[in-house]
Amino acid sequence: MTFFNTARKILQQNIREYGMYIALFVIMIIFTITTGGTFISSRNIVNLVNQTGYIAVLAIGMTLVIIIRHIDLSVGFLAGFLGAIAAIAMADPKVVQAGMSLPVYIVIPLTLVLGIIAGLLTAFLVAQMKIPSFVASLAGWLIYRGAILVVTESTGTIIINDDAFNAIGNGFVPDIPDIGILPGIHKLTLILGIVAIVVMILSEFNDRRKKQTYNFEVLPTEIFILKIVFTSAIIGGITWVLSGYQGLSWTAVIVLFVTIVYNFIMSQTVLGRHIYAIGGNPDAAELSGISVKKLIYVVFGSMGMLSALSGILFASRLQSATTTAGTLFELDAIAAAYVGGVSAAGGVGKVVGSIIGALVMTSLTSGMNLMGIGISYQYMVRGAVLAAAVIFDVATRNTGK
Amino acid sequence: MNAPILEMKNITKEFPGVKALSDVSFTVSTGEIHCLVGENGAGKSTLMKVLSGVYPHGDYTGDILLNGEIQRFRNINDSENAGIAIIYQELALVPEMTVFENIFLGHELKNNFIVDWNETIKQAGELLKKVKLDINPAIKVKDLGVGTQQLVEIAKALSKDVKLLILDEPTSSLNEQDSENLLQLLRDLKEHGVTSIMISHKLKEVIAIADSITVLRDGQTICTLRAHEGKISENVLIKHMVGREINNIYPPKKHAPTQEVILEVKNWSARNPALGRDILKDVNFKLNKGEIIGLAGLIGSGRTELALSIFGNPDNYQVSGDLYLNGKKRNFKHPKEAITAGMSYVSEDRKGDGLILIQDVKQNISLANLKELAERGGVVNSNAEIKVANQYKSELNIKTPTVEQIVSNLSGGNQQKVCLGKWLFVKPNVLILDEPTRGIDVGAKFEIYTIMTELVRQGMSIIMISSELPEVLGMSDRIYIVASGRIAGELSAQEATQEKIMHLATN
Ligand SMILES: Nc1ncnc2c1ncn2[C@@H]1O[C@H](COP(=O)(O)OP(=O)(O)OP(=O)(O)O)[C@@H](O)[C@H]1O
Ligand SMILES: [Mg+2]
Repeated sequence: MTFFNTARKILQQNIREYGMYIALFVIMIIFTITTGGTFISSRNIVNLVNQTGYIAVLAIGMTLVIIIRHIDLSVGFLAGFLGAIAAIAMADPKVVQAGMSLPVYIVIPLTLVLGIIAGLLTAFLVAQMKIPSFVASLAGWLIYRGAILVVTESTGTIIINDDAFNAIGNGFVPDIPDIGILPGIHKLTLILGIVAIVVMILSEFNDRRKKQTYNFEVLPTEIFILKIVFTSAIIGGITWVLSGYQGLSWTAVIVLFVTIVYNFIMSQTVLGRHIYAIGGNPDAAELSGISVKKLIYVVFGSMGMLSALSGILFASRLQSATTTAGTLFELDAIAAAYVGGVSAAGGVGKVVGSIIGALVMTSLTSGMNLMGIGISYQYMVRGAVLAAAVIFDVATRNTGK
Repeated sequence: MNAPILEMKNITKEFPGVKALSDVSFTVSTGEIHCLVGENGAGKSTLMKVLSGVYPHGDYTGDILLNGEIQRFRNINDSENAGIAIIYQELALVPEMTVFENIFLGHELKNNFIVDWNETIKQAGELLKKVKLDINPAIKVKDLGVGTQQLVEIAKALSKDVKLLILDEPTSSLNEQDSENLLQLLRDLKEHGVTSIMISHKLKEVIAIADSITVLRDGQTICTLRAHEGKISENVLIKHMVGREINNIYPPKKHAPTQEVILEVKNWSARNPALGRDILKDVNFKLNKGEIIGLAGLIGSGRTELALSIFGNPDNYQVSGDLYLNGKKRNFKHPKEAITAGMSYVSEDRKGDGLILIQDVKQNISLANLKELAERGGVVNSNAEIKVANQYKSELNIKTPTVEQIVSNLSGGNQQKVCLGKWLFVKPNVLILDEPTRGIDVGAKFEIYTIMTELVRQGMSIIMISSELPEVLGMSDRIYIVASGRIAGELSAQEATQEKIMHLATN
């Protein structure tokens, strides 16, 4: 009985954190039932991940921005604009005719650098000129909106036919050569999944051992094992679903990579701590020797870079740059961050939460599309879920810890 | 003795991991001034929050009787309607609003849905007269000093037809004159039938004003003393509060400061561009290794500004003059540089710019020196962090169930100790303490003084800014008196007296 009691206590204490996972899980089950299983099919899940990608990377950047008590409204059209720039550099007929088109391995880093510069520009207005970020980025919103129109004016939609570039949003990681076993299964994905489980288990054990050498309290053994089994089952399940289709998409790899890097920075490093500190109390942070100005540059610079990445993912997915690319991305990203538990008051929020938030929002769209629900109702449902998520978050805020 | 206006019976209130109040009983007679004293974390603020409905009925066990009737407050509005007004430890005025707007905030005077500003201003004027404040009610609260703001808070409470006024550490950030005004006001209100409950760590004023004193310790009522039953001595109070005797609260100095100058400031002037006026004029002082110097002066004399302008100048004053640390001329552009050079600054406003209230104890302690806890690649060793935090928790005797407790859940005094821990972890050579014992109980004061003495013995040098003259006299080796942004005088520990300091500070 003590086992269940401890389990219940741990669940209660962490309800806020687990709430989102449970919500995502419930939403997936509901759609799986209502769509007769189509929702959970490998094909749909892969689609879902690819659709989430360009919002997910924005949501990660936005999480940091909101944590330091700012906002960036310009990211949607900045993404659209930089996607267009990338398309032009690679595929604009005039540029191609003039023989000036750039190869994809130059275009991508270049776009990311442009994104960073754009982010630093916003940061300059916020940190140096002391303009509220809402206003500074609203100005950016208008400017980039206009900029997209300017660069796509003459050509309209720019079709991209670079296979490598288009693979980012549509392609899959190639499998290892066929060795005759497990036909129809993407073996590399399977292997990666197993590696992920092993790494997870090793690091959990390592963490536990370190804690024990300090004589700190650790989870009771049974609960610890349960946690490992549970996490392994989830990773295993996802791996299995993905490997039944075409394996990992490049978008999934990119999002996973960005998530891991940002999660690591925010939860483990001094830089992450400083960002949380600024959000918690900027004056105290400043007096503690943290340069608030500098970190505004870092956070907005990273936001700009991720906007560029979002633009690349989106252009690649559509295999073209359009005049409307990026519309409302910023609001989707902000919604994802809030659903994921970021606090508007600053100082609180997790990168992984925002990814889950983004998944929740796209799952809703995807599931309702499959069910044939009209777009008008979809907006209302998503609005209701956003409100419900934040209500849950606020209501559970005081019970944790 | 009058009939009780308030009886709180067997009140128990628990927080996760902390029993803040256990079976507390507390009785206040009509028309008296009743003081509540006790160590940091004893449960004083919590008891008053139970009384005022911040923790609603059902969140605690026990009964509240007002004039003999059981009350079940669901929120602050309920308790206000019953005639209870509370003024919190931290002020709750809106700085950007005028005095009259603040006084009637939440219960505006209306005339068919429309706020009647003329009546508001008139009544605000009358209320200000009652609290003996001679200011224009149209002035913005942010332009007032803390002492005046405190009186505005009381005017606000009076506007609600209060029978029972609760003040949680009202004088902790007031100078002597303002404190005296406030106490006098409480006596006047008593004449007009208002009963007051006052929480304070300043035992002298408690003894001067109280008709009754209730002592809380570890969430329990220890005793209630009554002034008319014989004079209450400070030592008796202390003994009840901390459970042992403290005869001399200032520990004896076992060290002699060296003559080696560690910090020297020359011709230091500063201008605050935001206010558009000079805040420091031609300040000169020096600090020797192993020495405690006191900066005495009135509130607003520029002592905090002096400390900040030295400590990396975070408020971007226009500073001129020379600063020498360890004989080297320095020019700090950011607190970061000052910290790296071996300085620490424990700010006077722990909630405003000292702590990150939403983070836990360990994160606050480690914040200014994360690099010491960082391994390769800037990764924070969170286990080492817990260890460090636990070390300061026990060294400074911070009352908290674990170092993972969120700082806003700690009592005021324990928050102050977290601040101190944070700045000691920087391992500074020069420690600037700005009002280090504000809101701290006698026992903890003694602990902090003992720590200070120990730190200077180990070779640290301390600048102590304090508005409490006994503390300045008891702890300093040398005293500089600051008045209107200048050094008005310097006194050695031997020649200094309260009178000499006040004379220099006010001229
Ligand atoms: N919201 C809360 N959550 C958890 N613990 C709390 C909370 N509020 C108060 N406590 C704990 O309850 C105890 C009593 O706190 P309280 O603020 O009443 O002390 P106090 O007597 O007012 O002290 P001080 O003189 O320092 O202001 C402390 O141990 C404190 O840490
Ligand atoms: Mg208190």
